[in-house]
Amino acid sequence: MMEDLLYAEPGWTHVAIFFALGAALLATVLGFVTYAILAERKVLGFMQMRTGPNRVGGRFGLLQTVADVFKLLLKEDTIPKLADRPLFILAPVIAFAPAFMVLATIPFSENMQFANLGVGLLYYVAVSGISTIGILMGGWASNNKYSLLGGMRAAAQMISYEIPLVISVIGVILFAGSMNLNEIVRGQENIAYIFLTPIGFIVFLVSSIAELNRTPFDLPEAESELVAGYHVEYSGFRWAFFMLTEYVYLFAMASLTTVLFLGGWNPIPFLDFIPGVIWFGIKFSLVVFFMIWIRGTLPRLRADQLMGFAWKVLLPLALLNIFVSAAVKELFL
Amino acid sequence: MDFYHLYQNNYLIVAVFLFLGILLPVVALTAGRVLRPYKPSAEKYTTYESGIEPFHQSWVQYNVRYYLFALMFVIFDVETVFLYPWAVAYEELGVFALIEMGIFVVLLTLGLVYAWKKKVLKWT
Repeated sequence: MMEDLLYAEPGWTHVAIFFALGAALLATVLGFVTYAILAERKVLGFMQMRTGPNRVGGRFGLLQTVADVFKLLLKEDTIPKLADRPLFILAPVIAFAPAFMVLATIPFSENMQFANLGVGLLYYVAVSGISTIGILMGGWASNNKYSLLGGMRAAAQMISYEIPLVISVIGVILFAGSMNLNEIVRGQENIAYIFLTPIGFIVFLVSSIAELNRTPFDLPEAESELVAGYHVEYSGFRWAFFMLTEYVYLFAMASLTTVLFLGGWNPIPFLDFIPGVIWFGIKFSLVVFFMIWIRGTLPRLRADQLMGFAWKVLLPLALLNIFVSAAVKELFL
Repeated sequence: MDFYHLYQNNYLIVAVFLFLGILLPVVALTAGRVLRPYKPSAEKYTTYESGIEPFHQSWVQYNVRYYLFALMFVIFDVETVFLYPWAVAYEELGVFALIEMGIFVVLLTLGLVYAWKKKVLKWT
């Protein structure tokens, strides 16, 4: 259905249909975020030999996050007197809007996708960069020393790790010969790109964890030294939007990893009777679980190690990966 | 003409997503404004500083290292702008362009090594 819609002449009916479908995706993503937070707390709990949330909503705490969201909605909203008020209000919106915008181009299966952009990958990279501004803006507008420090660290970290992230996917573009995410998935019908550019995959995975500000790269919000980082002064639903941004990016980044390296909706040989969406879901859940697992396993890095690691280890590896990928393409494909 | 429509529709979707991304915070915060309590007092609006009275502004001169990292970011981000089209057109361009790209990357790597030796990458 989407194909016909995309090729028909645009009009207001199109806007209405896209709006309805987009709202449905937004609802799905919010549902994912609700249960991703619960899953994260549960998995971390089991890894640390605790039970995790188990009071609200039965034995598994199924309504815990829902209750948390309502609590946040009912909390009093404080904006410090010394803060830069317009920027303080604007920052969560600027951080959140790109997080949802990047989902427009990600194909979930043959038929389930929104915009089929020719420059899909570049669009993702470019739009996701805007969130850094929102985070830096939030840190600066609070006029608080902790949040400024957290915001500056977040900006420095996110731009440093964006370089290896964008260079590591060049291997994938080389193999697919396109930046369109549909073409990239179609190029993986025989073999997933994780096997062709293993170095690129590792660099991408590490820098995506850093881009998401997750442990072991969660210095921008290191509780033990910065209280909470760039959102110290935020409370209630404004704070919730920063958290939401983080988890929507988790959704987007896990989807992108699936599409770029794990073959998207393509099935494993001999199991192609299972529909593509389910394959996508399995691979996607594996990536999300891996991110939570890393959080339960590794301690936080020091600030000096963090920057050094991006520029001295990941960037040279990513540059090397371009030529290794070109050699693989020349020799084996 | 069909591809023109495809193009228009794709960016229409992007615009709709941008609108939805702004609409959700606006709706949620407006709903919150109706639901949440409002009991202002002077203490609530002071800046947090671990329990002590906040002193000075926090908008002060900042460590220059952040600026150096921003400069490095611009250099390498522009590099990727050149690398992406090359990677897309690799099939047509062939091995000659690969060698050229090798020279280009080596030159930029020299810049990275220079920054490394100048201790720009060292966080002290």
